[in-house]
Amino acid sequence: MDTVFDWFADPLRYEFMQRALVEVVLMGAVTGAVGTYVVLRGLSFIGDALSHAIFPGIVVAYLLGRSIFLGAMAFGILTSGAITVVATNRRIKEDSAIGVLFAGMFALGIVLISSSRNFSRDLASFLFGNVLGATMNDIWISAGAGLVVILFLLLFHRELLIVSFDRLAGESMGIKVFWIDLLLLLMISLTIVISLRAVGNILVVAMLVTPAATARLMTDRLPTMILLSSAIGVLSGLIGLFISYHADVAAGGTIVLVATGVFGVVWLFAPEHGLIMSKLIRRQISDSLGEESTVLFESPQILPPRRQA
Amino acid sequence: MQALNLIGGAATGMGPEDTLIVSDLSVAYGRRVVLRKVSAEIGRGQVVGVVGPNGGGKSTLLKAVAGIIPRLSGEVTLFGRPIASQRSKVAFMPQREIVDWDFPVTAADVVMMGRYPRTSWLHRTQRYDHEVVDEMLDRVGMLEYRDRQIGSLSGGQQQRIFVARALAQEADVLLLDEPMTGIDASTQEVVMKIIEEQRQQGKIVLLATHDLFAASCACDCLCCVGERAVSFGPTEEMYTEETLTEVFGGPVIILGQQSEPAPAHGYMPGHGVHHEHEHDHTHETPGS
Repeated sequence: MDTVFDWFADPLRYEFMQRALVEVVLMGAVTGAVGTYVVLRGLSFIGDALSHAIFPGIVVAYLLGRSIFLGAMAFGILTSGAITVVATNRRIKEDSAIGVLFAGMFALGIVLISSSRNFSRDLASFLFGNVLGATMNDIWISAGAGLVVILFLLLFHRELLIVSFDRLAGESMGIKVFWIDLLLLLMISLTIVISLRAVGNILVVAMLVTPAATARLMTDRLPTMILLSSAIGVLSGLIGLFISYHADVAAGGTIVLVATGVFGVVWLFAPEHGLIMSKLIRRQISDSLGEESTVLFESPQILPPRRQA
Repeated sequence: MQALNLIGGAATGMGPEDTLIVSDLSVAYGRRVVLRKVSAEIGRGQVVGVVGPNGGGKSTLLKAVAGIIPRLSGEVTLFGRPIASQRSKVAFMPQREIVDWDFPVTAADVVMMGRYPRTSWLHRTQRYDHEVVDEMLDRVGMLEYRDRQIGSLSGGQQQRIFVARALAQEADVLLLDEPMTGIDASTQEVVMKIIEEQRQQGKIVLLATHDLFAASCACDCLCCVGERAVSFGPTEEMYTEETLTEVFGGPVIILGQQSEPAPAHGYMPGHGVHHEHEHDHTHETPGS
């Protein structure tokens, strides 16, 4: 018992670990909640695009010596607007346009940062996160941005629900779907900004998709799904952080790996939707079919020959 | 340029404060004009069946009336005011297929969405809204399924949930897009019953359907919408062997590809009517 306690308590003697812990909890909770809509609306590609398009914003801010969060946010707003205008209602068709845009933006970021002297170290910390380097300032920004995102989800939950489920009906009820779409993308951008420290630019999309996809396997109710997804995000963040400390490996990658592992376990064992349970249910049902069979049709060939009168 | 008038809709004695007026409505997707200067007057208590070929503009007409697709020209007014200011009086039910039925909501959740226009932004749904939801579920015979995830329902049950959501909006105009498609007989009966109730309550119902026979039973007027031709009239006139053979010719579909402009008031025999046995199996022979 003591060893388990120590396993958790030991790292927390360090202040940088305490800060990292708060940071991953914030990140996990917010990515999990927003991720629900990313998964339900099939926005994982757009989430990926957003995170890549934000990258040059980070780099520019860094090179100018400004807050990378501000840089990320500025580019997040820009890209959200562009994607909403381009992709409104015809998401599938505009896939390639968005693909071209985000790959180009990402390349721009790479080119810009290659002018910096500490090229590879800086690049690594933006791309893969550096949660152990989180400052109090980072935590306040994450907490503030997280609050904005959660408030948005609470205040607009009916609009989000209707627009996600049935856009046309929502529009006919007078919901401004364009603005809801734009706001949702802005909130995803904010969430990506929150996650930069913890998991970095590349792996953000995993935190947006994996916990929510896991939660979907566990429930058929939206509010439950949001809460579960948040919980899984927080849990993955915590466990990943501690494992990375003890194993001395990168925190961001470990966190995502834990989330992926949780998904795998749930995919296998979830009630109803899980692989193993659905196999069991099938077997149970097939056992309960009973002996009696119903003949729907018999081919004339296998009927006994008609008796002669 | 032909201006097609869907005349004969509004019953006599009804003023604009009782009617849905569509005047010179045109809609285009890109370069393709789907509706060309369509006009209609539909009074309270009237049920209009919108029939016609695939891609002919049935859905487009409903969406344009609902005000959710941009109009190329013309206007729609309800009870004497522009439709844009009358949103809460119109309930639009899209085709069932456009929705992801895997969505993690229950039947009651979906019907509750219909209460959205009736509840203010900050006020959560009240006890009354829940009562309305249960009442509407009951009216379509789905009350016992209220807490089921919608994906576990059959197609007919899903359709009833959609109808219940439209009813929960407590609107004056119901725009139902394909409520009869791919559903069993008992659901069809429920939908017909609901439509009849709406008529008696003085609501306006526009009903897009492939099912000519169902349309002929439920509707006061039929509106045949093709790409270039629109024809409108009381069901008794439209739904006779003779007219339908002219319009649809048995298992027939109206196409808009004719080179000469269509005649002003509806179809001319042989014009804009095209036999199509191979392409459209969803059209049923009248009476089948």
